[in-house]
Amino acid sequence: MRTVDVARVTDAVREMCIEVNHKLSPDMAGKFPEAREREESPLGKQILGQLIKNMEIAQAEMIPICQDTGMAVVFLEVGQDVHFEGGNIEDAVNEGVRRGYVDGYLRKSVVRDPLERVNTGDNTPAVIHYSIVPGEQVKITLAPKGFGSENMSRVFMLKPAQGIEGVKEAVLTAVADAGPNACPPMVVGVGIGGTFEKCALLAKKALTRDVNVRSQIPYVAELETELLDKINDLGLGPGGLGGRVTALNVAVETYPTHIAGLPVAVNICCHVNRHISRVL
Amino acid sequence: MDRHITLPLSEAEARTLRAGDYVYLTGVLYTARDAAHKRMYDALKAGEELPVDLRGQLVYYLGPTPARPGHVIGSAGPTTSSRMDKYAPELLDLGLRGMVGKGKRTQAVIDAIVRNGAVYFAAVGGAGALLSKCIKEAEVVAYDDLGTEAIRRLRVEELPVIVVIDSEGNNLYATAAESWKR
Repeated sequence: MRTVDVARVTDAVREMCIEVNHKLSPDMAGKFPEAREREESPLGKQILGQLIKNMEIAQAEMIPICQDTGMAVVFLEVGQDVHFEGGNIEDAVNEGVRRGYVDGYLRKSVVRDPLERVNTGDNTPAVIHYSIVPGEQVKITLAPKGFGSENMSRVFMLKPAQGIEGVKEAVLTAVADAGPNACPPMVVGVGIGGTFEKCALLAKKALTRDVNVRSQIPYVAELETELLDKINDLGLGPGGLGGRVTALNVAVETYPTHIAGLPVAVNICCHVNRHISRVL
Repeated sequence: MDRHITLPLSEAEARTLRAGDYVYLTGVLYTARDAAHKRMYDALKAGEELPVDLRGQLVYYLGPTPARPGHVIGSAGPTTSSRMDKYAPELLDLGLRGMVGKGKRTQAVIDAIVRNGAVYFAAVGGAGALLSKCIKEAEVVAYDDLGTEAIRRLRVEELPVIVVIDSEGNNLYATAAESWKR
């Protein structure tokens, strides 16, 4: 049994909120020069150049990469031998988000009620996904999610007979419909299997994977590569203004599912795909 | 083609713009996004005046991050325009000259652009730090309580935008991808 003070969680979340909104992880940042090299459209090349310059300014002058600093999505993997002390873990995470967004001059983009729509003023609450894992560590993954792309995300409840071709069609439909609204070049997270909510969670989790790492399952890794090529062949390009680079990566996660179902979720993220992890 | 335009943009000049033109905007424009649009829309329905005279002006669909001390504004890129589609035709009919945002518009908005000799520009989404450097002054002029969604008057210099929908109804989004499709 290991005791962890929840104040450490608050501090970590605060720092991660600020860092991730000003500096992309190395895997994501590395995709841009590669994309500019590959892009054939002159306007597309110019836009990718602007995005690179934007990231340089963001980091050097501490101006958020994008004004939509997102709703804070937190994956909390808690070792089963951890005992938290010093308060409620959910409050601790939200306090970290509050301090990060206030102290870091980040945008407060959360409303208290989805229909009454009054801003909470501090970007809380976060959306927190907990999992209990073996061991005595706490892993915090923060992925602030912008809603230009979140709004274009979809869940498809396919029939098993639609198979892998149905999955490809669903992903391509979602990406084509998203078009310029989702700020291409996009990163596409796909969840296949599980239930209605499980596939959505898999798709979200897929967005937090290192973009240079393929699935461990050979056929899934092939599917990722094929989908990336097919998405780029849509021709949407940077900013949706035409070009060869429509997506920077596709990551697919799978889970066992019911004999009657083939759920597929497509979580679309813009090029500002922010994810950061820390282990306590 | 590259164009340098001083705001306010006249209808005559707006009519010379063509989808695909790369334009640098200099002058004053106003920010408004979801909540400010809803409030303006409700005000018009109630027969009230708008808090800002938008006739001949451009609206930038933007909710910036807070300015750090010593800065004019925080990160300041465009938000998705389609959420304002419900409100845009009425504002265009009232004399709004154009909009800066990103993403697709409905046919009703395109029709209103054509009807009024207006224009729809896109700025690069997700480039808020870069675009903020073009903003030289920012002042909240209405709906202060909306925070990031308040209406701000901005003075911009050489803000880079692309004409997506022009006064003839040409739509760059509808054609751009075609030539790169495989």
